[in-house]
Amino acid sequence: MKFGVVVFPGSNCDHDAWWAVTHNLGHEAEFLWHDDESLGNADAVILPGGFSYGDYLRCGAIAKFSRIMRAVERFAREGGLVLGICNGFQILVECGLLPGALIRNRGLKFICRQVELRVETTQSPFSSEFRKGQIVRIPIAHGEGCYVADPRTLEELEAEDRVVFRYVDNPNGSLNDIAGILNAGRNVLGMMPHPERASDPLMGSTDGLLVFRSMAAALSLAR
Amino acid sequence: MKYRVFVSLKPTVLDPQGQTICRALNGMGHHWIADVRQGKYFDISLAEGVTREQAERDIEQIAQDVLANPVIEEYRVELLEQ
Repeated sequence: MKFGVVVFPGSNCDHDAWWAVTHNLGHEAEFLWHDDESLGNADAVILPGGFSYGDYLRCGAIAKFSRIMRAVERFAREGGLVLGICNGFQILVECGLLPGALIRNRGLKFICRQVELRVETTQSPFSSEFRKGQIVRIPIAHGEGCYVADPRTLEELEAEDRVVFRYVDNPNGSLNDIAGILNAGRNVLGMMPHPERASDPLMGSTDGLLVFRSMAAALSLAR
Repeated sequence: MKYRVFVSLKPTVLDPQGQTICRALNGMGHHWIADVRQGKYFDISLAEGVTREQAERDIEQIAQDVLANPVIEEYRVELLEQ
């Protein structure tokens, strides 16, 4: 199984994601440059955290126009697995692969700490290895992580069981305590918490590894 | 020709920066300040030879697709210089 990790100028969790996949999960991973036209032979794509293009204009706003994103959008529309973490989530909402938007945290501060999340659904290729209702510990590190969407979108997300992770103690003002959501096709997940920072035993929690394990399980089923 | 594009959060979207500025102003004694909304603007200069019609179509498109995120923001275009 091969994971493609996209590298934008300003990405800073790309190596962590690569490490989680190769060392903690035991699969292959390769970096994909933002100016590349193709995803190579990647079976799944990770948009990592960081500050793509310096967060200029809006978080993720410039990344949406990068060459690799055209390939990622095509891949996603064809059913390929795409995981957007933190800045990756911001990019996914900017380019419309996920609904809503991520705005400045309610308390204005950049928050970097371990948080508790509740797993709301296991019916997704990103969460099948969790238990429904399980409380997991995964860190957040963001200034713009407050998830907002219009009431109809929120209703749709809830009705279609597309909220995968919810904050136990909402740190940023996100509507419905949302920490991670799926697209309608359930093959794209965006989440503000960093599973790659909770995948190595050295990091204090390995709960995040289950996201990557779920993806690997889904990919091996598809083969 | 020069245009200015104003971008701000929609009135329905929480603006914690504006709220913080408002509270600071109140704290300074400006008690009559009821609300502050923060936004940004872009001054865009155009090369010679473009028609106003073409320019306005392009600026509108750019504001919609790039400068503002229509999910949370609204924008307004103003002509600064002919």
